[in-house]
Amino acid sequence: MSGHPLSMKIRTSPHLKKTLTVREIMASVVVALLPVCAWSIWLFGLSALALLITTTLSCIATEALFNRLNGKPALARESSVVITGLLLGLTLPPGFALWMAALAGFVSVALGKVLFGGLGQNPFNPALVGRAFAQASFPVAMTTWTPGFLAERFSSFIPSTFAAPFMTPVDASGWIAAQVDGWSGATPLKAIGHTGDFASASDLMFGTVSGSSGETAGLLILLCGAWLVWKGVMGWKIPAAVMLGTVLTSLPFWLIDPVLYPSPVFMLFSGGLMLAAVFMATDMVGTPLTEKGVWIFGLLIGFLTVMIRLFGSLPEGAMYAVLIGNACAPLIDKFTQSKPFGYQKPVKEGGKA
Amino acid sequence: MKKSQKGFLQMFSAKGSFRHGIHPEENKKQTEHKAIRRIPFPKEMVLPLAQHRGAPAKPVVRKGQDVVRGELVAEAGGYVSAPIHAPVTGTVTAVDKLVPMPDGSKSAAITIRTWPSASQEVMYSKPIDTDALSPDELVQAVQDAGVVGLGGAAFPTHVKMKAPQGKQITTLVGNGCECEPFLTCDHRIMLEYAENMVRGARLVMKTTGATRTIIGVEDNKMDAVLRIREVLASLPGDNSDITCEAVKTQYPQGAEKMLIKSLLDLEVPSGGIPADIGCAVFNVGTLAQVGELVPESRGLIERIVTVSGPGVNRPGNYLVPLGTPLPELLAHAQAIDEPGMVILGGPMMGSTIATTDIACTKGITGVLVFPPESLPSPDERDEMPCIGCRACVEACPMLLNPSTLGRLAQNDRYEEMADEYHMWDCFECGCCANVCPSNIPLTQLIRVAKGGHRQRNQPVQK
Repeated sequence: MSGHPLSMKIRTSPHLKKTLTVREIMASVVVALLPVCAWSIWLFGLSALALLITTTLSCIATEALFNRLNGKPALARESSVVITGLLLGLTLPPGFALWMAALAGFVSVALGKVLFGGLGQNPFNPALVGRAFAQASFPVAMTTWTPGFLAERFSSFIPSTFAAPFMTPVDASGWIAAQVDGWSGATPLKAIGHTGDFASASDLMFGTVSGSSGETAGLLILLCGAWLVWKGVMGWKIPAAVMLGTVLTSLPFWLIDPVLYPSPVFMLFSGGLMLAAVFMATDMVGTPLTEKGVWIFGLLIGFLTVMIRLFGSLPEGAMYAVLIGNACAPLIDKFTQSKPFGYQKPVKEGGKA
Repeated sequence: MKKSQKGFLQMFSAKGSFRHGIHPEENKKQTEHKAIRRIPFPKEMVLPLAQHRGAPAKPVVRKGQDVVRGELVAEAGGYVSAPIHAPVTGTVTAVDKLVPMPDGSKSAAITIRTWPSASQEVMYSKPIDTDALSPDELVQAVQDAGVVGLGGAAFPTHVKMKAPQGKQITTLVGNGCECEPFLTCDHRIMLEYAENMVRGARLVMKTTGATRTIIGVEDNKMDAVLRIREVLASLPGDNSDITCEAVKTQYPQGAEKMLIKSLLDLEVPSGGIPADIGCAVFNVGTLAQVGELVPESRGLIERIVTVSGPGVNRPGNYLVPLGTPLPELLAHAQAIDEPGMVILGGPMMGSTIATTDIACTKGITGVLVFPPESLPSPDERDEMPCIGCRACVEACPMLLNPSTLGRLAQNDRYEEMADEYHMWDCFECGCCANVCPSNIPLTQLIRVAKGGHRQRNQPVQK
């Protein structure tokens, strides 16, 4: 045997690579989101399906457009844009007009991702950027809710789904009233302070309440998140920290006055908190890198969510809490750089200072 | 020795381990149960003069001179240097032949043509009473034996055998971790040469002034732990000052800073050396050679090399005469003819070679051969942007922030890396690049940054 200078590969160490790739991470998150999507479709019917398809296609198309403009292959090598589309769809009300959803999808990717330089550069969760845009632009449509499990949900669309652009919003209340009695249109969170009537914890956990299309089934989201943690795709610390922050902040209020303030369990499983904790706050790009920073980040989001819910004018605070958390991430990183190995005080006398 | 005042974070770290690190596939099954076997003497031996750290050795033989196996052929070129001994009985054919080295450089070498009919018995052997030697004489004896760090560093061993000026060494740490995947030579040494190892440890304790020895072995080699304890119990006299402890199987457990942390819960200060906290770390193979050679006044002429990898049909641990051309060793292990990659050392910190046309030297722990169709990592570096997944941060045993270091390195911000992100604490174990899902060559980026920083800031500022 002799040397084969041309055939032998020269590489720098390490020569071993763990096999988990960005592509697999993104694909796993998409897979983890599918049960949540399925639940949302089961709950709200054809309109929810149309909504998810619209946001996802809109996001993919937007990224493809900008990739073409930048002279890159239209389709990205990983599926993070699909995650953005699905998450956006899941945070919108099920009867949200499709043209608005498509616009929100465009804003998500264009303003939330491409503008900053694409994958790995976006400081904010793109889906939440899109949702914030929708919240600001279409406040009425964003707070028009539909009850789940309506009889005709698989035979007809919610009328507002196909509202034409820039026309008077279509009123869906007649369609709903034909199927269910005494519908107030309020989500459990909106009911705080109005009726003092909190939805039961089990209803919230299983998602049999009204709300955004995919934010309702807390337990299911938790389960999907657990699968991601088990696969090693997602860290458990951020969701844990967000939940801990929520519980710690809401507990004192509830202890002071359980009639006026909702319980920590209600806080955890209502609104978009679970989706935000498991799928939004964990969007890797906008989170701190340091070990301490991750905990601070999560606790901050939990704290802000409760504060906005209890004392803000918005019924739902999880979205803005995550966005503010994203904005703080670089700062948190700066102040929480961990002390490297070997920087503890010397133990022995005569050692190097 | 005073037990450390435990910091808050240390409460979380279990004894026998350090924080972070990774668990690569071990791949030790192929060779760990194979006893060490000698390979035949090759026809021609190549002895590079610069096969250890420090000054190259200086030849003391002429071309055409006959040498006997074990005879001194090159003397140490200074204090930080080691002599070289003839691995075979034969005739010197050159003393200044330029030969390729594993890193791509060239070194002058002595070449010896083996006498085919020679008995290859070691003639140069003179038993001495090591108890009668003073520590300084003992250190000299180790240098005369040509022993260098056999764990891969190839740093002249005698230099480490005396406590540095103003420092006191209390604990000798035997490093039997062998945390690199594939390699099992230290494992076999601990099983087969435990007596030599203990004898070597005694000698090193005497010169360093250490009052105890702890041999740390990863718990995937419990047979070695039991074997060493058995030997310690069977040897005459009180051996309670030498112990063997299992530590967690976790890469890079064999890094000296990590091992000291695992065994003693002490941290070597940043920029410091183990002696700063009273420790000296020696590879078990080095200890075994010291224990074998010094009492006989013999020179280091062979070492144990793991030959493994999917491109080897007879993987094993081979006793290789130093100077054996690598192709001879590979042929004996029935390696494939056209490898796609050959790694010297382990797959995490070892280096690839461009040609097998090199000689086996004192620092080669293993040779791993991979066929072109099953390279240890994918062929193309399909690099993606960093998505901030924190995998590298949670893998770094030095608790650094490789993600940020990588970003800064790509922008040539070396000063920031050194001053704010502790680049110089990185010892390039490769954990960050191993776990990176975006396939960013973080370890290499830091390596390049260190070079750039060194160049910009001469003399080096740590």
